[in-house]
Amino acid sequence: MSVVLHEPGAVTDPAPVRSRGGILWSTIRRRPSAAIGAAVLSLIVLAAVLAPWIAPYGLHDQVGPVFGAPSWSHPLGLDDGGIDVVTLLMWGARISLVVGFAATLVSMVIGGTIGVLAGYFGGKVDGLLMRITDYFLVIPDVPLMIVVAAIWGPSLFHIVIVIGILLWTSTARVIRAQVKSVRERVYVKRARSLGAGHARIVFRHVLPQVAPLLIANTVLTIAVAIFDETALAFLGLGDPSRTSLGKMIENAFQRAAISSGAWWAIVPPGALVAIVILSCSLIGGALEDALNPRLRVAHISARTFRLRPLVGRSGASL
Amino acid sequence: MTALLQIEDLNVWFDLPDRGELHAVQGVSVGIEPGERLGLVGESGCGKTTTVLALMGLLPPSASASGRVLFEGKDVLAGGETSMRPHRWTDVAIVFQGAMNALNPVRTIGSQIVEAIELHGRAKRAAARMQTGELLESVGIPAARADRFPHELSGGMRQRAAIAMALSCRPKVLIADEPTTALDVMVQAQILELLDSLCTDFGLGLILVTHDLPVVAQLCDYGVVMYAGEIVERGLVDTLYHAPRHPYTRLLFAATPDLGHETEEIVSIPGAPPRLDQPLVGCPFRPRCDSAFSPCVTVRPVLRGLSDRHAAACHLNDLPLATPR
Amino acid sequence: MTAANAPLLEIDDLFVRYGVPRGLVGGLRRKPRLAVHAVDGITLMVQAGELVALVGESGCGKTTTAQAVLRLVDPASGSIRFRGDDITELGMRALRPVRRRMQIVYQDPYESLDPRLRVRATVEEPLLIHGIGSKKERPSLVCDALTRAGLSPPELYLERFPHQLSGGQRQRVAIAAALVLDPQLLVADEPVSMLDVSVRAGVLRLLEELKASGLGILMITHDLSTAARFADRIAVMYLGRIVEEGPAAEVVGNPQHPYTKALLSVVPRRDPRMRRTPQILRGETPDAVRIPSGCRFHPRCPIAIEACRSEDPSLRRPDGTRSPDHRAACLLA
Repeated sequence: MSVVLHEPGAVTDPAPVRSRGGILWSTIRRRPSAAIGAAVLSLIVLAAVLAPWIAPYGLHDQVGPVFGAPSWSHPLGLDDGGIDVVTLLMWGARISLVVGFAATLVSMVIGGTIGVLAGYFGGKVDGLLMRITDYFLVIPDVPLMIVVAAIWGPSLFHIVIVIGILLWTSTARVIRAQVKSVRERVYVKRARSLGAGHARIVFRHVLPQVAPLLIANTVLTIAVAIFDETALAFLGLGDPSRTSLGKMIENAFQRAAISSGAWWAIVPPGALVAIVILSCSLIGGALEDALNPRLRVAHISARTFRLRPLVGRSGASL
Repeated sequence: MTALLQIEDLNVWFDLPDRGELHAVQGVSVGIEPGERLGLVGESGCGKTTTVLALMGLLPPSASASGRVLFEGKDVLAGGETSMRPHRWTDVAIVFQGAMNALNPVRTIGSQIVEAIELHGRAKRAAARMQTGELLESVGIPAARADRFPHELSGGMRQRAAIAMALSCRPKVLIADEPTTALDVMVQAQILELLDSLCTDFGLGLILVTHDLPVVAQLCDYGVVMYAGEIVERGLVDTLYHAPRHPYTRLLFAATPDLGHETEEIVSIPGAPPRLDQPLVGCPFRPRCDSAFSPCVTVRPVLRGLSDRHAAACHLNDLPLATPR
Repeated sequence: MTAANAPLLEIDDLFVRYGVPRGLVGGLRRKPRLAVHAVDGITLMVQAGELVALVGESGCGKTTTAQAVLRLVDPASGSIRFRGDDITELGMRALRPVRRRMQIVYQDPYESLDPRLRVRATVEEPLLIHGIGSKKERPSLVCDALTRAGLSPPELYLERFPHQLSGGQRQRVAIAAALVLDPQLLVADEPVSMLDVSVRAGVLRLLEELKASGLGILMITHDLSTAARFADRIAVMYLGRIVEEGPAAEVVGNPQHPYTKALLSVVPRRDPRMRRTPQILRGETPDAVRIPSGCRFHPRCPIAIEACRSEDPSLRRPDGTRSPDHRAACLLA
């Protein structure tokens, strides 16, 4: 239904407006890779959240021999403590996901703030913030994590902080680039010429444009955070009182699971980490593609249009 | 004499993402003779760019087309890409809209022209380089500049380079899509002068696609006015200005300010072009027309010849004592 | 000049320069620091109820002048007086009340509106920024502004997003957002160049009406035909300077500067019978970093004499004009 007006022109039909949350949803709907990733991730998160209620066995209950082989009652066998691996996976996923999300949150806050400040103000502020970012970029992640964990003592909180302060750099750069380009848009200049203060411009005009990219970046950062946590735990720097997926791998490794032939103690946690990371990457990658305007199809291409039979004026075939 | 290039009953549809299609070009028929300068005029969305892209067989995958494109009497559209390809660039070449900004930034302009020459098998290496030098000179760029990168040249120079590239295979027809839109008025004059002399010197047929009526008035002999995907009037540019037979043509001229007519009332045409994804009833221009009467509501006007080389699609011309104003 | 007819806007000997970055290598090799002389000494006035067109090709400094007037860039020297007050040095806070009274409309209607805000929010924003009107009063102020900009009835447009509007409508929304603060000066940067021809006159006539209601308008444009029709005064810029200015009819009908004459001669006319031999200047405008010596136009001037290479002419009343306000910067005028 279109509305025709007398002056000065007709108003076209409302097209669906993509709200901020809408881009996530529409991308998931439209791209199969994102849909798969989202489905798998949701499943894993659900299982992890509900672990205390739906895990088949108790987390500390020894229900069989050390490295008990897989059987009907224990599809993934038992670990080095005789504990059911499936139960461990669920509880382990909880820890890994919590650390992953929390560390990502820390890095988002730091990286987003620095990116916005650097991109918006430019000049000396930008220079200073970027030098700081470079400094953090250059620090090798794992050695630093080892050192900090060794000095500070391993606890979940410390792990989250350590991972967070190492991950924010890429976010800062990506956000900064986007903010810089949005800042040059005409409507932002207009707001400035109106006399709008910085806060208003940033929150009202810049952030909404940057938010979708931030979401994409967040999802991808979760993948890295989970990987980092797994690595830390595997190196023995994780919180010893909590069993994360990385800890599971470390335990199995320490107790010579491989030479015992007990693949079920190592492969499942590793595979689960990989699946989670893959899911996040699929979603994040699809979001980035959806947001990147340059990846649109060209308007001009050879040999690809279709021919129709000759038609008359009315458009009906002859 | 057979027209050099003749389009007959061209229709182009674009698939829309949520089903349905956009009928972007509706039954366009136009021809061009050697050495003729034809201006394809219309506002945004009228289908002029789509028409010339169809001419070159460069429509995107979402498009479907029907009709005939006759080059020297032979239909080149019917065979799809296989029949179009031999003619592209060697017989009909195009300078795209914004071509001056679409030059490959990491290659010198000389090498880009050489590439075009070699790709079409017209010459190789040294011979191609020599031809490139001549081409550049003929568009007003000193041959020594062949080693420059696009970003080292000004906007006007880049546009000339794009024109040289289009002429690299000595086509018989040159299509220029908004060649001067982003340029200053002085540079615009230079480019128009260049196109004019190229047509005269090489006997090129020129199809100038633009929304700028005065440019057509200055450079072209023949004008074709498009609205909502169809031709509403075509004829000698002189006739279009002094004796238009379609209200849109008349109003379009009246909406363009002109030096020397400072006291005249500049007209604006209220409303907006119709949607092309729905079938049209009656005359597409009727909602905005100042001379509409009863047949315009239900009957779609047909492009009718009024005299030699002058045709218009308007019911007013069917009236026994039709007066244009 | 009494206070009664003091000009709304007075630009006096304005200079705006941008530094050209030398880069690391350039700095090490101690290359001389170059500057882009975007605006190289401009004096211009706009009265209330007057439309002044600043005309020129790209790179002549007209857009920079407009930005300097709104204090979006800082002048290197010179002064800008608005309603008699010198605003050249004012800081951001002091500028806020001034910014209420001068507004800008940009060239690109597709970019100048935030795509995520509805029309109502866009037009309301200036009121929120400047704290004008209570919650109850704002809707009617918004509707008044939309009506004044020709979008009537305003209720039809309030809830629309920019992508649902045509180019002409978007431009009117931008104008409404400028009008809602009841400004006295409007700077219009190429207000219609991105609109379809059939829509331009409507927007330009709107500017005419606003002018008649007392607004002063500084219009930046490259289109001499539009300037000739709608402006009261025209100032022609070349490479950072005004080379000719005067009443529009005078500048267009009796141009005194060779650049103006050349520009006018190459503007295409609607009437195919009016094809004259245009005076096409060779080459393109040199960049504003290396300004030619003497008269900056002399390298391209068709009538340049020896003296033009060394003497930099100032704007003065040429012999060939009858109008007291008509000035040109040419030794031979």
